[in-house]
Amino acid sequence: MPYTIAEKILLAHTDKKEIRPGDFIEVNVDLGLGNDITAPLAISEFKKAGLTKVFDPKKIVLVPDHFAPAKDLRSANNCRILADFAKEQKIKNYFEIGCMGIEHALLPELGLVLPGDLVIGADSHTCTYGALGAYATGVGSTDLARSFVDGKCWFKVPPSVKFIYEGKLNKWVGGKDLILFTIGSIGVDGALYKVMEFCGPVIEKLSMDGRFTMSNMAIEAGGRAGLIEPDETAIKYARAASKRKFKIYKSDKGAHYEKVYTFDISKMEPQVACPHLPSNVKGVSELKNIELDQVVIGSCTNGRISDLRIAAKILKGKKIKPGLKLIVIPATQKIYLEAVKEGLAGIFVKAGAVFSTPTCGPCLGGHVGILTSGERCLATTNRNFIGRMGHPQSEVYLSNPAVAAASAIKGNICHPESLK
Amino acid sequence: MVIKGTVHKFGDDINTDDIIAAKYLVSTEAKELGSHCMETIAPEFARKVKPGDIIVAGKNFGCGSSREHAPLAIKGCGIAAVIATSFAGIFFRNAINIGLPFVELSDTGKISDGDLLEIDLASGIIKNLTTQATFKTQAFPQFLQSIVEDGGLMNYVKERRKGINV
Repeated sequence: MPYTIAEKILLAHTDKKEIRPGDFIEVNVDLGLGNDITAPLAISEFKKAGLTKVFDPKKIVLVPDHFAPAKDLRSANNCRILADFAKEQKIKNYFEIGCMGIEHALLPELGLVLPGDLVIGADSHTCTYGALGAYATGVGSTDLARSFVDGKCWFKVPPSVKFIYEGKLNKWVGGKDLILFTIGSIGVDGALYKVMEFCGPVIEKLSMDGRFTMSNMAIEAGGRAGLIEPDETAIKYARAASKRKFKIYKSDKGAHYEKVYTFDISKMEPQVACPHLPSNVKGVSELKNIELDQVVIGSCTNGRISDLRIAAKILKGKKIKPGLKLIVIPATQKIYLEAVKEGLAGIFVKAGAVFSTPTCGPCLGGHVGILTSGERCLATTNRNFIGRMGHPQSEVYLSNPAVAAASAIKGNICHPESLK
Repeated sequence: MVIKGTVHKFGDDINTDDIIAAKYLVSTEAKELGSHCMETIAPEFARKVKPGDIIVAGKNFGCGSSREHAPLAIKGCGIAAVIATSFAGIFFRNAINIGLPFVELSDTGKISDGDLLEIDLASGIIKNLTTQATFKTQAFPQFLQSIVEDGGLMNYVKERRKGINV
């Protein structure tokens, strides 16, 4: 029977002859990921069950990135748990600060995830790797603990929904705007327990960074995965990152989709998600006089080098609005170095920004930029729930890096063109 | 298993940041997490909950992050079960894996804050003892039932690996 790319990857990781949406399956996981928030719980579950040795240390990745560099004593303890477990279990893919990057930027960069892989991560944004044509999905700590035991995970096979993007992207519009527009169109449960498959001429022309941004936010519509069929762009990226062999899966003609959406995005302007849901999306020009206290550029959604380049292009030779706080966070050490080499770091600092070491920090109200009561932030991150970045009476808006940079100069949410 | 308790009613799209704010994720202890459950959106909630009480919510309960601390916090503050119109994918599996009972009910509009409910998990029947209304829901598929019956995913896996040294 004809299968979608998601069904093909799932099937290839079971001992079954066929699968259908709704089936309960046990899959063999290629990689299991945990961070300093979720892995301590997984490790404690693993030990509580009386187990002493992991199934395969090569299939485990541990990244202390959320509250790291350790923000306080308890975070330091949690980071220590990861370091000790990695040492004890001979897990090579443990990344101490200095090598660490935000997990979902780091793993593809290091070639740890390749097309056709099946990855589980105890972090909801694990769906990012769908951009490479891998089946990657967020799970809980106990799921991760179980994969430590036998390399397996249970899934209920999700149905797939196809999103076709037609037309031509306008200037200052990219992957972030496509995915915000999509979430705004279908709602935060518009793809609940479904695989989102992104395709069409716009996706074919989209950069790898733009694709990662799209797949990253599939979870914000309830998606279990956000897949893009690997093409030349993805294959080139994967080959540059790793020598490991990988397998390309593509959806069959006649594969079943529960629903097909077609969006013509030729008239799309930069999109902004307003408080307090990622689906509360408006075109940037609809937003007038939204004054800002803080702007954050970074995260697993938009902390990649092309995101920093576009922000630097706008901020070059300019100063941010006096009194506003701008925090720029490259997602990995490699991106950090590149930003220094290209002179982007200098542009940010001269404009009045803080340029930080990689961390998830402010995105989840962890550290490096907590909002107090009444403060308003525009961030290139992925969630704007009540109190997400700090006080319950603070507000978070979400946008692409160009809008974020321009708005930091003006002091209110604006279209990059309005600076001219 | 029959659960009887007072309803704490919530709306749609209750996310995991609502259930347990990130600043508390330095802890993995259910009791400690539970003392901050729903703090952002309902500061009095954790103090008001009596052991055995029930959360009733709208669609997409538990959306957002993968933090298992969310169902742990709900369990830790004394809530015995969650009823919602629909559950987000990761929350759904986390609740199964840690053994937090939950039920999908297509319309939760006829249940109000403060109502006394009785849930029979085996039959899927919910009785509203305040209004005398009865609701029939679908029982879990066999696969999920066996995880729940074993007391969570780790026990389920251990049961099936008896005799295998790891």
